[in-house]
Amino acid sequence: MILTPESIQRIKDKLAQYPQRKSAVLPALTVAYRQVGHLNDDVYREISQIIGVPTLEIAEAATFYTMFPKQPVGKYLIQVCHNISCSLLGADSLVAYLEDKLGIKKGDTTPDGLFTLICVECLGSCATAPMMQINHDYYENLTPEKVDAILQQLRSEA
Amino acid sequence: MTFYSPVITNAKEAADNEKLHLFKYVEDPDQPKVETYESHGGYQAWRKVLSTMSPAEVIDEVKKSGLRGRGGAGFPTGVKWGFVPNDSTKPHYLICNADESEPGTCKDRVLMERDPHGIIEGMGIGAYAVGCHLMFIYIRGEFGHCAEMMEKAKEEAYARGHLGKNIYDSGYDLDMIVHTGGGAYICGEETSLLNSLEGERGMSRIRPPFPAIAGLYACPTIVNNVESLATVPHVINRGAEWYSSLGTEKSTGTKIFSLSGHVNRPGNYEVELGFSLKKLIYDPAYGNGIRGDRKLKGVIPGGSSTPFLTPDMIDVKLDYESLVEAGSMLGSGAVIVFNEDTCIVWALKKLIHFYRHESCGKCTPCREGTGWLEKIISRIEAGQGRPGDIEKIEEICENIMGHTVCPLGDAAVMPIQSAIKHWRDEWQYHIDQKKCLVKSEFAF
Ligand code: FES
Repeated sequence: MILTPESIQRIKDKLAQYPQRKSAVLPALTVAYRQVGHLNDDVYREISQIIGVPTLEIAEAATFYTMFPKQPVGKYLIQVCHNISCSLLGADSLVAYLEDKLGIKKGDTTPDGLFTLICVECLGSCATAPMMQINHDYYENLTPEKVDAILQQLRSEA
Repeated sequence: MTFYSPVITNAKEAADNEKLHLFKYVEDPDQPKVETYESHGGYQAWRKVLSTMSPAEVIDEVKKSGLRGRGGAGFPTGVKWGFVPNDSTKPHYLICNADESEPGTCKDRVLMERDPHGIIEGMGIGAYAVGCHLMFIYIRGEFGHCAEMMEKAKEEAYARGHLGKNIYDSGYDLDMIVHTGGGAYICGEETSLLNSLEGERGMSRIRPPFPAIAGLYACPTIVNNVESLATVPHVINRGAEWYSSLGTEKSTGTKIFSLSGHVNRPGNYEVELGFSLKKLIYDPAYGNGIRGDRKLKGVIPGGSSTPFLTPDMIDVKLDYESLVEAGSMLGSGAVIVFNEDTCIVWALKKLIHFYRHESCGKCTPCREGTGWLEKIISRIEAGQGRPGDIEKIEEICENIMGHTVCPLGDAAVMPIQSAIKHWRDEWQYHIDQKKCLVKSEFAF
């Protein structure tokens, strides 16, 4: 089993709320993503057993939603918003800065498996741009100094 | 770790200004707590509705207030509620659309983070009006912290008897589910949202049937934006007459504008509808002018899906009618400001990339067209534009416009069409000279 007993329980709790079981697909995927860090066929199979929706239907839904990585990613998934408001305030240079600091190109993972860098669409922080989301947390009004401090903090926690 | 957006608001102004109501308490860190919300008059509208009003009276009051949907379409909220058939034997559902993802828009998030009970109270009133006993809030997946806020507020609301069985001894039962999505822009479109909430891929549905007749689980369903619902308790507390005295004749009330891009003070500002766009951008209390003393190049007034305005057009009032007259739209109220250093082709490359990525793929014009547009605009931007590319873009836009099931296709082409209309020379320069007229090099 990949999913922990806590995750399974959380999925069961979600399932119990809904009038129809298929509505629990996205909540279940979210629980799994938060635990595992990405989704794959094994995860779909386990979810299928818990919520009683065919594996294929779970995969079908999951593959539509880009928020869930379908491949393993680094311990810290850095998601830089490259949409318009962030771009106007330097998202391109933020990406270049991160590429330089991490020594990788966007889309890649550092050799130590710590950081994956990707670009994503508007995350609803347009008036606190530029911004990035790392795993589930938002970092807004970014400056080079802030980015340095955040990376250092994460490295020390890792 | 930021679980609370550091975004600037005009809460101070709202605290002193009788007319503003959505932002009165958003800078009070205790406002998300139910006791604090109650001490600020919270849940009084909900009590009033359950103890003294019939659903029809609630709908009537909201109709009379003139409140229109704040998510983008601007459809009158009360009228929408009135579409739910009252002879149906199926369950009815109310869904609060918190899938905020129109580029430039960051207002609903602030309400969820800082005044979650205001949303629950508005949802409750809406639910009662349409005969719903199970309501949902659909929150975009990336807003995990908002979902936590709403979950917590929901639990508090149950504990205080604002939700659950026999609320305030009225005999009315109401439950609530906090649901999170998976990061798809399209799910902000109501029929895609319904599919997504049913555990399907978030693809749009053909209307009719309209969701008010056959929505979630094929039952009558109303989908309202966060800000619309958060406004409802104020309409009930202070009356439709008061609400409709705010704003303009046809665009009543207040609206939160998310101001972003090249301004000195980006932020979320609650103002009366009909407020001056110029003032919002230049007044020190709001945008405080263009960053770095640069000149203004253009403004998108209602989220990335709405047409550009040029500097000579910004003397416009921010209301539904005035913006249409000016050739644009109020949309979600996301004002994006571009300074003179912005290459228009570069800006559109960013936008079309987004729409291509978010197209659900159901309708051919949108699925294929956004891909072609991205390809052509990107090559122009990269200095590889070909003669005739502008005309080709225009032709593709025409073939998408109005030919898709949901508005995503239109949303993708409207900013492009307006950018070509206003800055055709710049596009042409890009193709002829194989480079930008102005280079967008923005340091962070
Ligand atoms: S454009 Fe980056 S968060 Fe909205």
